[in-house]
Amino acid sequence: MRGQLTVAQVEQKAAHIREDIIRMLENAGSGHSAGPLGMADMLAALYFHIMRLDPKNPEWEDRDVFFLSNGHTVPVQYAAMAEAGYFEKDELMTLRKLGSRLQGHPERTKLPGLENTSGPLGSGLSQAAGYAYSLQYLDKQQHRFVYTIMGDGELNEGNIWEAAMFAGKYKLSQLVGFIDRNNIQIDGTTEEVMPLEDLRGKWESFGWHVQEVDGHNVESIIDAASMARAITNKPSVIIAHTIPGKGVDFMEYDYHWHGMAPNSEQAKIALKKLRTLNGKITSGENE
Amino acid sequence: MSHYPLQSNIFDDEVAKEPIRAGFGRGLKAAGEADERVVALCADLTESTQMHLFKNAFPERFIEIGVAEQNLVTVASGLARAGKIPFTSSYAAFSPGRNWEQIRTTAALNEQPVKVVGSHAGVSVGPDGATHQMLEDIALMRVLPHMVVVAPGDSVEAEKATKLIAKNDKPSYLRLAREKTPIFSTEDSPFEIGKAYVLREGHDITLLGTGTMTYELLVAAKELESKGVSAEVVHVPTIKPLDEETILASVRKTGRALTAEEAQIAGGFGSAIAELLSEKMPTPLWRVGMRDRFGESGKPDELLDLFGLTGEKIAVQAKEFINNTPQYHRDY
Repeated sequence: MRGQLTVAQVEQKAAHIREDIIRMLENAGSGHSAGPLGMADMLAALYFHIMRLDPKNPEWEDRDVFFLSNGHTVPVQYAAMAEAGYFEKDELMTLRKLGSRLQGHPERTKLPGLENTSGPLGSGLSQAAGYAYSLQYLDKQQHRFVYTIMGDGELNEGNIWEAAMFAGKYKLSQLVGFIDRNNIQIDGTTEEVMPLEDLRGKWESFGWHVQEVDGHNVESIIDAASMARAITNKPSVIIAHTIPGKGVDFMEYDYHWHGMAPNSEQAKIALKKLRTLNGKITSGENE
Repeated sequence: MSHYPLQSNIFDDEVAKEPIRAGFGRGLKAAGEADERVVALCADLTESTQMHLFKNAFPERFIEIGVAEQNLVTVASGLARAGKIPFTSSYAAFSPGRNWEQIRTTAALNEQPVKVVGSHAGVSVGPDGATHQMLEDIALMRVLPHMVVVAPGDSVEAEKATKLIAKNDKPSYLRLAREKTPIFSTEDSPFEIGKAYVLREGHDITLLGTGTMTYELLVAAKELESKGVSAEVVHVPTIKPLDEETILASVRKTGRALTAEEAQIAGGFGSAIAELLSEKMPTPLWRVGMRDRFGESGKPDELLDLFGLTGEKIAVQAKEFINNTPQYHRDY
């Protein structure tokens, strides 16, 4: 297993991941921009500090497990995996192309290191809960944790709340869910399309330990994950408040970028914006 | 033909009867004894689907999901990723009726050995009516790549099928029925996933049956014999993958085929046979089953009779089909 990086190092990884996302999407010519950029800090924190992983041995039996539930954001996971050394970075440019292991939505059987196949929304939390149930009750492996990221629009799905009831009933304390709370979905803002608030209250009433963090503050994300692991009688959910398109100002907050990829001109500007920030998104804003 | 042992008294009134789902219950318990990776999940129908036998034997490996069929199969997918062999059970109307997309994405495309067990399939569910009489499940499941689809003919075979499905390392659908039906196979009768079996030889027509309909075809063949028609009966418990060799060998000999299923013929077992014959051996075919309509409330026997799914009614359809159809003898 690889050692943990410091907060500053993780922030630098997040910067690289954002640049790779822009390059991949421009090259692919289609895909989702806003979600992956908004989730870059979470993925960097998970892959470079929070999770116990071995990129050279993806099936390592003592690994932590990550289920991406909102599969359309997978470019951020591919970028994080390449950064972590699961595969060469060159392969990122095959995203969405014929014969690629990097399918438009993640397919477990195509790429070692992926734990599930997702895209149709709402099923990742259940799969994570199934794995966490196995660890807690069948395998009795208390040192391993199961992480999942859900989109907020995804919470419209009934399957999510079936899983929320299930995990609450069985007190799946090795299950840690992140919600990418960026307030947008395809048809508009989440509160216009199908209101989610009181989101904290909903999860609490289902028997979950709930935390809210700034989803661009790596240190807060890491601290919240530590707290979640320390809660031994409940599943945990971390509502990570994020800015869709974070790091590229003309994409930020604009739901039109949910399902769009940048053209070459836009990508050039986006990369310039990201490099100007020099990986200081987190501390720059929170200092 | 290799010999297929049948029960000796299958046409007597005293023929032993048992619900097909009872065989599943015993098979699952046996599978649990043989392999500790086997776990069972149920959506609030544990006794109905006969999972209680497993639950009583291995309470620590039984997971109650509640009335949540989408969660049922997706939790199972997660368990499979953790190295388990999860069997999920509900009524077929709800699983795969309610949760087909989750089965498609997290079991089939994801190639996880999730076992979907749909009980109470077909019109023989009876008084509960059309909502609970699942007729579209064969069509839904057999179109999924990687999915294995098995509809055992009786409880003895269901027990064997369950034990083998536990070992096949593939996403699989097991179709079960609620009512007591005659047991025609024996402990010694062969069963392999992917094999069809000639139960009775004949030369005028091939009767192909799956699930509860195979017994009715044996009754139909006896009836046809009394009218001078020699019918071959082929039992096809595995709908996917189809045993093309056995089916084509029989149809090559008889030149006519009839299928029977307690399901929609559109997309169902009859369609699977029609696809096979059209591509590899075009042959006159009559499909017995539900023809683009739902069921309704009634006693199981009344419904089977109404929809032409009894041996007697199938024999009438077969005779009419034979009378109106030339026999295609050919040499492929």
